[in-house]
Order: sequence, then structure tokens, then C-alpha cells
Amino acid sequence: MRHPRLFSLMAILLILAAWESVCKLLAIPDFILPTPVRILTVAVSQGALLLPHAGITALEVFMGILISLLVALPLSMAMFAHPSIENAIAPFLVASQAVPVFAIAPLLVVWLGYGIASKVLMAAVIIFFPITVSLLGGFKSCDREYRVLFQLMGAGFWKTMRLLYWPWALPHFFAGLKVGVSVATIGAVIGEWVGSQQGLGYLMIQANARLRVDLVFAAILWLSVMGVSLWVLVGLIEKKVITWR
Amino acid sequence: MLQVSGLTKRFGDLSVLDDFNLALPSGGFTVLIGPSGCGKSTLFDVLTGVVPKDRGEITWRGESVPHLGKKSAYMQQKDLLLPWFSLMDNALLPARIHGEDLTQSRTKASRLFRRLGLDGFEAYLPGTISGGMRQRCALVRTLMFEHELVLLDEPLSALDAITRRSLQSLLLMLQSEFDKSILMITHDIEEALLLADEVLVLSQPPMRILERFVLDGRKPRGLSDPQLIAIKEYVLNRLQEELAQ
Repeated sequence: MRHPRLFSLMAILLILAAWESVCKLLAIPDFILPTPVRILTVAVSQGALLLPHAGITALEVFMGILISLLVALPLSMAMFAHPSIENAIAPFLVASQAVPVFAIAPLLVVWLGYGIASKVLMAAVIIFFPITVSLLGGFKSCDREYRVLFQLMGAGFWKTMRLLYWPWALPHFFAGLKVGVSVATIGAVIGEWVGSQQGLGYLMIQANARLRVDLVFAAILWLSVMGVSLWVLVGLIEKKVITWR
Repeated sequence: MLQVSGLTKRFGDLSVLDDFNLALPSGGFTVLIGPSGCGKSTLFDVLTGVVPKDRGEITWRGESVPHLGKKSAYMQQKDLLLPWFSLMDNALLPARIHGEDLTQSRTKASRLFRRLGLDGFEAYLPGTISGGMRQRCALVRTLMFEHELVLLDEPLSALDAITRRSLQSLLLMLQSEFDKSILMITHDIEEALLLADEVLVLSQPPMRILERFVLDGRKPRGLSDPQLIAIKEYVLNRLQEELAQ
């Protein structure tokens, strides 16, 4: 496979072409399944409608990422420094992922209202787990020989954290962050579905109720672009930060 | 300078060190040679305090100490350079950890870089240079400690023959120019005979000293010396006998 990107682009185009052909051959109406061309047309022509909603969802996702980072970074360091904290918190961490976000979304809307706070928290809950677990795993994966070297050099925990554990765990952190940002939109959109007055999730519910399936798909397309862009952005930051690989 | 008496260390049912005794003169180059798994590295771990001793006494300059801790510099088989730091930053690691003046340390490191043939490579990352150069950088880092005693755990075993030979010369320089006392572990009897003032042949665990050879101070030595050839043959036979038991 000499050109993997070209190959994946070809595969996507092939799927879209098949979709377009099936819709046209079977004369499927737009309110059941619109064609890719129709979706793309709506996504662009309805840009003025989609953009403000996308902005709100992006803000929720961005703030969710920020909050999850603010919690995940110190928490994973604390869990690494004190295994007793990890033992105490691990069951809650796992439970937070075992409960479907759909189950807690109505509660968050009741507690935090119809504004963006409940959606931000939903996104943060989803992103927080992969970042925390990956970072903790990264700290723990540090070779014993390096830890011994720092111990023999007389380095305390925080100096070792700064000079050894953090850089060591950075690839793990970025792997977790990539997973986190690519699913972050799920939390925000579910929150918007349950109760909101703006955002792409809200727009999807409204469009669906009016059988504007093409607009629903256009919103999904914007969400996908948002997720992929975040993923690419994290990848670029990773390349900039981790220069030694 | 260093006196070890009655040192004992067990791991479960396995007795690795049992009443082990050792005396190191100041400024000497002592080499420990023995079968794999005989407990040489455990001795270093106990001496440096990486693992606690069960019994015995370690005396440093007439004073009983729990372990050598920061009194010795320890260089291991792997270079353990941090891949995210340049060679210079790796060399400055001890200074950074101890909060020393970096400008002064940088001057000292630059002098060592020149002396060890690393001049011009200060800004390189470890991943971009050869194994021999990495090991030399690790040696610079070891020399950045102002410790009189240097513990070397098979520092050259991962290198090719030519690089190894050049680094052997550097180890001799370490002893003569920098006035260090060296305790080195090796599996290579020829290396031991080329470098050491004293060679200690060790037994299977529980480790004890089987033979002790004091070599004349003349260095560099040639391995064609009949006396060295005789010692080499004797040690090899002795180690074979030990393994057969």
C-alpha cells in the first residue's frame, strides 16, 4: 500500500457513489434518505443556519475538553503518587463509564438547566475517562531503570514527575486525548437532545420533527467535520510537542 | 575507602548474598566477574540502596552507612539517556536535579564533551546518534557527579568490538585523569584484564569471592602478555567449573 491516504479517499468516494446510485435508482425520497450530494448542498447552502448552532456545540466541546483536562491531569498525578487514591477512586471512574450518558443527561439538565453548562459537563464526563486512564497508564509504564536512575540522582517525586514521568507519559496522554476529543461531540449532542435551545443536537431534533432529514444529515456532517478537525488538531499538537519520536 | 562486611540479601527462598565481604581501595579499578545471575547487580542495588540489605555492614571512609546512596555515581548497561533531551541536557540532568548553577555545569559538561569526543553533538537528540556516542554521553553524565566512586554495571556490553575498545580507553582515563575509584561488573574476562587493578571472580549464588587477582598498575595492557593469558585461561576454567556444579 504505497498511498494509504489515496486508498482511503477512494474507498470513501466509492461508498458515497454507491449511496448516491442506490438513492437515485430506488427513487428514495429526501425525507427518508437524502443523497450525499443533497446533504453536501444543504450543509453548504444552510451554512448561515448551521454555523451559529455549530459554534455553540463547538464551545461546549471545547469547554468540556478544558474541564476534563483540568480534572484529569491532577487526578492522574495524584493517583500515581498515591496508589491509595487510585484504589479509592477507580471504582467511581469505572462506574462513570459503565452508566450510559443518556441516563445521566436528563439529571444534568435538571440540575444545571437548559444552558450550555449541562452539555459542557456531559462532554467533560465522556472525555475525562480516556485522558485520565491513558495518562495514569503512561506514568506507570515508565521503565524501572529510569526510575532507579532518578532515585540514585536524588530526585524527589515532583522533579521526577517533571523531568521523567511527564515526558514519558506524553504519547499516552495524546492517545487518550485523541480518543477523548473524537467522542466529545457525543456528550454535547446528547445533552442538547435532552434539553436545549441551541446547538447542532437541538437543530437535529427540530429538523427531524419537520422531516428535514437532509438537514439532520447536514448537521451530522458538520459534527463529523468538527470531530475530525479536533482529532487532526490534537495530532498536530502532538507532533509539535513530541519531537523525539 | 569502601568496606563491605557480612552483606546478606535474600529474595524469598533464594539467597543471593550471604555474608559477602569486599574491600575497595581509594583510586583503584576493581572488576567483578562471575556467571550470569550470580548476584553482581544485586550487590550494586544493595550498595546504592535501590533494594534494602537484610544484614551486614557498609563502611564508607570508616563510617558505617545504610547504603552508598549519593556517595557514588552509577552507570548501567543501558545508557538511560532521556530521548526528549539533547545530549547536553542529558549531561546536565544531575545539575538540574540538584538545583546547581547551570552555567557553571554547562562549562564543565562542554569540557567533558570535548574530552570524550562529543564536541559538536551537544544539541543532538539521543535517538539520532550511535550507541557508542550515547554511552559516552552517559559517561559524561556520570562524571558530572562529583562522586569519587563510580559503579559500572556492564557499561560496554551492548556495544560492538571497536566502539568497546575506544570506550575502554575512556574508562582508563576516568580513573587516571578524573581520579575516580571504579567498581565495575563485566562478563568479559579480557575487558577485566585490560582495565582492572584487581579482578574478583565470583561464585554462583549465594555470591562469594572465588579468586582474587591483583594486576600490576601498568596500563594500557596488551592481551598478548603470557601472564594475562594464563590468568584468562585459569578464570575461564574456574567459571566453567563453577557453572558445572
